[in-house]
Amino acid sequence: MENINSSADELKTIRKIMEDSSRFLSLSGLSGLFAGLFAIAGALVAWFLILNRGSIHYDEYFHSLSAKETSILRLQLIGDALAVLLLSIASALWFSARKAEKAGKNLWTPVSRRLLVNFLIPLATGGIFVLILLLQNHIQLIVPGLLIFYGLALLNAGKFTYGEVFYLGLLEIITGLASAIFPSIGILFWVFGFGILHIIYGFFMYRKYES
Amino acid sequence: MKDLISGLNKIFESRVRLGIMSVLMVNDTYDFNSFKETLDVTDGNLASHLKALEEKKMIRVNKQFIGRKPNTSYSVTDDGRQLFSQHLKNLEDLIRAQ
Repeated sequence: MENINSSADELKTIRKIMEDSSRFLSLSGLSGLFAGLFAIAGALVAWFLILNRGSIHYDEYFHSLSAKETSILRLQLIGDALAVLLLSIASALWFSARKAEKAGKNLWTPVSRRLLVNFLIPLATGGIFVLILLLQNHIQLIVPGLLIFYGLALLNAGKFTYGEVFYLGLLEIITGLASAIFPSIGILFWVFGFGILHIIYGFFMYRKYES
Repeated sequence: MKDLISGLNKIFESRVRLGIMSVLMVNDTYDFNSFKETLDVTDGNLASHLKALEEKKMIRVNKQFIGRKPNTSYSVTDDGRQLFSQHLKNLEDLIRAQ
């Protein structure tokens, strides 16, 4: 291996290796923006198509009926939420791959794997927990559960990417706790937490790091 | 000027060793294959530099088994951290002196 002649180059190389090995910086703000749009679209679908413009008040309605009678409604809502999740993940991967390619970096690196593991463990815990809530008919706690565990997942993943992700996580947790206090307007908290916060975050990150 | 240059540590003079130390300054542990990916070096080259840093007590080797597969990870020693920080400081001083 050749020696490095210039101290400035050497320092630059060291700083780059430190950054590349500890933080995944190919995460694109655009994926946040799209996740927000998908979440709002999902909420509109739930409100107008599944819950019949709110004439089916999901909380009281679900409680007044046995689980069997509302199972189709439940499956539709689960399907809607899963579609939002999958579209968001797909756009996150797509925009990150594009950003990595532009910067000549790899997407699949030791630090991106660490990021993923630290993100997915709280997220999967939340997903399973919310399924249990659903099976036990605690419908009013589903939106708070989703927001809180998603926030914890972001908080945890924030150590391996932009520091702003940590603060987005905090805001999601606060939104989740607030939604637990006002269970009857869970869908509005969903729109705020998964929709508006993501759009603001995505716009801010894109402006700050990518334009 | 001369003092600064002689202060630069010979241990860290190759690109691979610098890379290994840089990674370990910001990661608690790092395994062999991850080093290979991050630094883009061959097995033999990486192994010899890791060995050299280990012998100079700059890094520590932790051998574990994940299932049946051996997994070797590395972390920086206190001495290594101190010396490398000093090395960085020297580099910065050198740039400032120019």
